[in-house]
Amino acid sequence: MVNQEIKEKIMGIIEKYQREKEKLVMILLEVQKLTDRNYIDMEWAKLIAEELKIPYTKVYDVITFYSMFSIKPRGKYVIEICKSAPCHVNKSKDVVKEFEEILNIKMGETTPDNLFTLQYTSCIGACDVAPAIKIGEKVYGNLNKEKIQQIVMDYRNNSI
Amino acid sequence: MTKTLNLITEYAGKIKPDSIEEYVSVGGFEALKIAMGKSPIESIEEIKKSKLQGRGGAAYPTGVKWEQAYQIQKNPKYIICNADEGEPGTFKDKVILDHLPLMLIEGMTIAAYILNSPKGFIYIRGEYPESQKIVARAIKAAKERGFLGSDILGTKFSFDIEIISGAGAYVCGENSALVESTEGNSGRPRMKPPFIKNHGYMGMPTLVNNVETFAYVPYILKEGGEKFASYGTEFSGGTKLVCLSGNLVNKGVFEVPFGITLRELIYDIGGGIPDGRKLKFVQLGGSSGPCIPEEMLDTKLCYKELKSKGLTLGSGAILVVDDSNCAVDFLKCVTEFFYHESCGKCTPCREGNKQLLALVNKFANGNATENDLQIIKKVGYIMKNAAFCGLGETAPTAHLSLIKYFEDEFVEHINKKCRANVCNFGGVEND
Ligand SMILES: Cc1cc2nc3c(=O)[nH]c(=O)nc-3n(C[C@H](O)[C@H](O)[C@H](O)COP(=O)(O)O)c2cc1C
Ligand code: SF4
Ligand code: FES
Repeated sequence: MVNQEIKEKIMGIIEKYQREKEKLVMILLEVQKLTDRNYIDMEWAKLIAEELKIPYTKVYDVITFYSMFSIKPRGKYVIEICKSAPCHVNKSKDVVKEFEEILNIKMGETTPDNLFTLQYTSCIGACDVAPAIKIGEKVYGNLNKEKIQQIVMDYRNNSI
Repeated sequence: MTKTLNLITEYAGKIKPDSIEEYVSVGGFEALKIAMGKSPIESIEEIKKSKLQGRGGAAYPTGVKWEQAYQIQKNPKYIICNADEGEPGTFKDKVILDHLPLMLIEGMTIAAYILNSPKGFIYIRGEYPESQKIVARAIKAAKERGFLGSDILGTKFSFDIEIISGAGAYVCGENSALVESTEGNSGRPRMKPPFIKNHGYMGMPTLVNNVETFAYVPYILKEGGEKFASYGTEFSGGTKLVCLSGNLVNKGVFEVPFGITLRELIYDIGGGIPDGRKLKFVQLGGSSGPCIPEEMLDTKLCYKELKSKGLTLGSGAILVVDDSNCAVDFLKCVTEFFYHESCGKCTPCREGNKQLLALVNKFANGNATENDLQIIKKVGYIMKNAAFCGLGETAPTAHLSLIKYFEDEFVEHINKKCRANVCNFGGVEND
């Protein structure tokens, strides 16, 4: 069962989009932000399917098609490291290594305190400041060891 | 930096993106008034004269596209602005979305007036949440001041624009996948025909253009198509926003006239290669584009000249790669991109990218044979000719061009040698 508080929030989002089926992707984007875990629970997906009167399999198809969605709980801050060619030639591999070391997790993993998840992303349109990453809606570029350490420290200290 | 021009970027960063006053003070919405005083055919003629070609990658003549859209007898017609900007190395539409959204809105409104369209969408990739907010504020401001919404500028013409967000899928930039995504579905390309121009959003005629394409329209109507065309070459009118990235001193977006050479772009505007390194190759048009060697840098930016050399400009991404990089390792990165972004609908692309990745990995790991080069070419050929959409058709472009110009490096990898010292030949084969 979906907990009552989340259910109300989901219903609010569905109403905001006037129950339009065409707004499924945008509804899911907002639903994913409801908790600190940056994911869409399958129970929530079922609720959305029922409310929009579309098959649950369709909601599942959409969630798994787009790379911004996750059906697995993630950390509060999802660190997305760009791995497309322009960042690659500006040595994005070093950025991956640095984050893996500082956070002591591998790509794709979440820290035990559920604060950070490391994952790859395709180009985020910040190639002029490559190598670049994205955390939530923020983009950080021209990364080096010092900057990366500072970024992690700022998020840990909640000073963002 | 005198080689740049600013037909559309002059006020980028100088006016507030959502201020109607400031946009109007620099001539904003004059073009809309001009268009409303002309017949649709007259406006379309002006765009044809400008030789404007679509800036989303396929370079289809915009005037011709609008004329076809105008002639279709089925209503309502919809207008979609493609702001998916997913091609790696492309970040020029973002400049317009973030700094000149009212210019885009004006361009779309002119298109809507010509087609008598009641409704438009700006499909902005999910990776640009800030841009979505800026454009939303600009739409709101335009509506409040009567430049958008009902009875625009006191006429009977009404047009509204809505923002749709993507959620991370490169293939959604393909126009039929874009329409699918706009309808709230997974963005898998549709079978064509029927074409989007006849049967697009909700089965109705739909005009899809790139952000940059729409942004030139106000200039063209105000200054005239001939003037715009005069900045470019005989076959490619006006200016283009190019995105310089990679191993370059000055990275960024620059508005340049057609006819400029790649060498001028890279050395005069881009400032050349940093750290005393040497240029190895340039990838033109994003990850779906060809990789070309130093010897071809005197090629002019012009759709026709590029085509005659088997090249395309694509979205305007120009990625400079220096000699600290390995051709095979670079290709692995590009292949992983397409492997990840393939929507899986058709076999040549779904399986082809998987095979290409396994083959490129063999080179990166030092397990490849001469025959593997032939297999890459064969798989590439099949994909180019048999894939269902542009993604699969262009995915092997980097492979075929790198093998053509840098075959030596591939052969060296067969002998476990990487001249850039990037590949480590641990012998583990991963797929
Ligand atoms: C895989 C793929 C991705 C594409 N991505 C984009 C994109 O991000 N933005 C864009 O404007 N066009 C993109 N296109 C081209 C569009 O299909 C379409 O040609 C274009 O939006 C038309 O606008 P234009 O005539 O103004 O260029 C893509 C095409 C393919 C095959
Ligand atoms: S070519 Fe690739 S992206 Fe295009 S339809 Fe086929 S599988 Fe999908
Ligand atoms: S390639 Fe990394 S932001 Fe574009």
